[in-house]
Amino acid sequence: MAKQSSYQTALLFRFFSKREALKITTWIVSIVVVTLMVALALSGLFQNDQERQAIAETMRNPAMSALVGQGYGLDNYTDGAMLAHQMLLMTAVVVAIMNILLVVGLTRADEEDGQLEMIRALPVGRLAQTNAALLVMVATNVVLTLITAISLASLGIESIDWHGSLLYGVVLGITGIVFGVFTLLAAQLSDNARGTKMLAFAVLGVSFMIRAIGDAGNELLSWFSPLGILLGTEVYVNNYWWPIAVSVILAIIIGFVALRLQQTRDIGAGLIRQKPGKKEASRFLQTPIGLSLRLQRTPLIAWLIGMFLIGASYGSVLGDLEGFFAENEMMVELIGAVEGVSMTEQFLSMLMVVMAIMGTIPALMSLLRIRGEEKKERTEHIIARPISRMKLLMTYLAIAIITSTVMLLTAVVGLAGAGLALLDVEVSFSTLLQAMLAYLPAVWIMLGLATVLFGFAPKFTSWIWFYLIYSFFVVYLGELLEMPDWLVNLTPYAHIPELPVESLNWSSLSLITIIALGLYAMGLFGYRRRDVEG
Amino acid sequence: MTLLQVSQLTKKFGGFTALDGVNLTVNKGEIYGFIGPNGAGKSTTIRVLLGLLKSTSGTAKIFGLDAWEDAVEIHKKIAYVPGDVNLWPNLTGGEVIDLFLKMRGVTVDSARKEKLIKQFDFDPTKKCRTYSKGNRQKVALIAAFAADADLYILDEPTSGLDPLMERVFQSCVLEAKEAGSSVLLSSHILSEVERLCDRVAIIREGQIIESGSLAELRHLTRIQLSVETKRAIDDIASVKGVHDLEAKENAYTFQVDGESLGEVIRYVSDFGVKKLESAPPTLEDLFMRHYEGTQSEGGK
Repeated sequence: MAKQSSYQTALLFRFFSKREALKITTWIVSIVVVTLMVALALSGLFQNDQERQAIAETMRNPAMSALVGQGYGLDNYTDGAMLAHQMLLMTAVVVAIMNILLVVGLTRADEEDGQLEMIRALPVGRLAQTNAALLVMVATNVVLTLITAISLASLGIESIDWHGSLLYGVVLGITGIVFGVFTLLAAQLSDNARGTKMLAFAVLGVSFMIRAIGDAGNELLSWFSPLGILLGTEVYVNNYWWPIAVSVILAIIIGFVALRLQQTRDIGAGLIRQKPGKKEASRFLQTPIGLSLRLQRTPLIAWLIGMFLIGASYGSVLGDLEGFFAENEMMVELIGAVEGVSMTEQFLSMLMVVMAIMGTIPALMSLLRIRGEEKKERTEHIIARPISRMKLLMTYLAIAIITSTVMLLTAVVGLAGAGLALLDVEVSFSTLLQAMLAYLPAVWIMLGLATVLFGFAPKFTSWIWFYLIYSFFVVYLGELLEMPDWLVNLTPYAHIPELPVESLNWSSLSLITIIALGLYAMGLFGYRRRDVEG
Repeated sequence: MTLLQVSQLTKKFGGFTALDGVNLTVNKGEIYGFIGPNGAGKSTTIRVLLGLLKSTSGTAKIFGLDAWEDAVEIHKKIAYVPGDVNLWPNLTGGEVIDLFLKMRGVTVDSARKEKLIKQFDFDPTKKCRTYSKGNRQKVALIAAFAADADLYILDEPTSGLDPLMERVFQSCVLEAKEAGSSVLLSSHILSEVERLCDRVAIIREGQIIESGSLAELRHLTRIQLSVETKRAIDDIASVKGVHDLEAKENAYTFQVDGESLGEVIRYVSDFGVKKLESAPPTLEDLFMRHYEGTQSEGGK
């Protein structure tokens, strides 16, 4: 054991808190606001016990359990039970993501970039950085817990009481802490920030999958997932605290192991060793398109698998939908009922837009990589050679457009593969395919706007994400929250014919595609005449 | 008095031996040069000394304390400047300087800090993301020299500086020496090491192959002579101790082994010397001599 390994932890804690304050505040406020909005929407939507009970009945199926967790308190499905059952898991996943990003940023990322070396050459303990990162992470989750608990309880909804609200907050906070320490452990295993992030997200993904399979049938399995354990609290119904105790012990053990590893290892080292790479570049890699594809190979493959799983998991709930919708008023509101069309078809068109927005994420990421490369001053290596900026940006655009197509295709194949057999309504694969691909022009508009931002205001390129989040928000919750049409129409996704409910409208699709092409041309023009900004 | 002592230091990364029995001592008040090509083990040695890497075997002590165990205690009295300085993109240079000084736990003499900022011609109000490599290095240099340290560990600290700034850096190092501090300076700029350092160690493939004062090292090596004579010198190439001969009419340049110098001068004087110039070998000569020899053995 080295001496004074925690020396100056407090100083680093203050430094880190200041550095991350804005980011953390944004996360916490967003999480709490969405939670409160949903709580209010749920209690407004179902005015009496019968309506709530009707929903409860629809929750008694394995597909719903796989998506949101095992139903509990279904015999007396209060507002609180509904909120916890339908929102807690999703929110916990978001909290986990926040913590993974936070911890990677404070630990392995600084180590990889070399800032840690500077700090450790000062009289600062070997564990001070890790300790400080842990403290910031725990403090963030404590604040999140308290704000969530207090604001939920003060809504004054009958079944959303103080005890349950406190536990609701604590479940979120502990989820954050558990995944925070998992990330810390991952940071010891991998010797770079990207690897750490991927490991931590893999743990989150596997936790979710194990719980989903467990909740859908084999209940024992759910206890092997941190998320499964935490859902065992049965917030607002039974308010069990023992899963919290188990999770705290788990977090302490993992945190301890991570700290031990951190204490004894070399700076810059990870337990998983890097394999030596290829000595020479393949012919494919030597082209701009090959280079760019190679750089994003791993995330693209991960997204392909992800899109397939999203499609397949939606597909698996398609059975017995009519019965489900007959009683689920909230889902009907979410979808926005249209006379004369089966609910299944309407649900399908809802799924399509959600999957289209999901599929937009990898396409945008692929395009925005050009901005990342520019910021890191790596595009210079390319455009200093006889490759024009136009060609470079067009390469990225082409890859992004192909990515969007492939992602949507994969999702719809997953959906059809898992769902077509289950459907009790006659829907053909080609209908599903058309319905899905009809959203491509909307995705291309998003890519176009990103290109324009990149061409004219590169510093604000990432603002496109806000627009995507906004789009998701209005198409997903627009009907439920009864938003005015003009707000909904601000997103390109609202202008796509909703197959199979509506019919294919070639002229509007072509128009949208032409606008997208115009945006690309504009972005290319802007990029050609602006400075390269490192 | 010995401030820094490394003995039989070995560091392995998996199967790769980065350092193989390195010995090094730095005394109080001396500037110690540490030279060697890329990948020879300079930075690895320094990182072990800073307690960033754990040695596989051997000892590394600073102020008599163990570099790994007592890292915090040691770091209170040292200052470190790496060759590759990475900083937080959203803080200003001035903020980082203050942060580093605060972490060192030293009382900041703000007049001294201001003076350094001025000397280095540095703008501390810009965000670190906008700084060039040289400017980021200035941040680390100002943070290092703005307060006294007993030992300065500088790992290629001037690799991004212009010649003017390099001069400022050299005066900082000499001032530190005058104040009684020691400096371990790893560098590629041999003229810099030559000007500043009292003693030098040369490292290659994880081993110290030569160390001592510059005078001592020079002793081991050859002297550069250029001679112009009235008559052609007969058969000079065969005289013992003459190497690398270049002859042009009656002008000759060659290197002479230290111990044969007297004999060579005697031989040459018979041919009517018009001009005789001798130069001590530069560090570069020393360096090249060590590497040329080894490249043919070790290179693939």
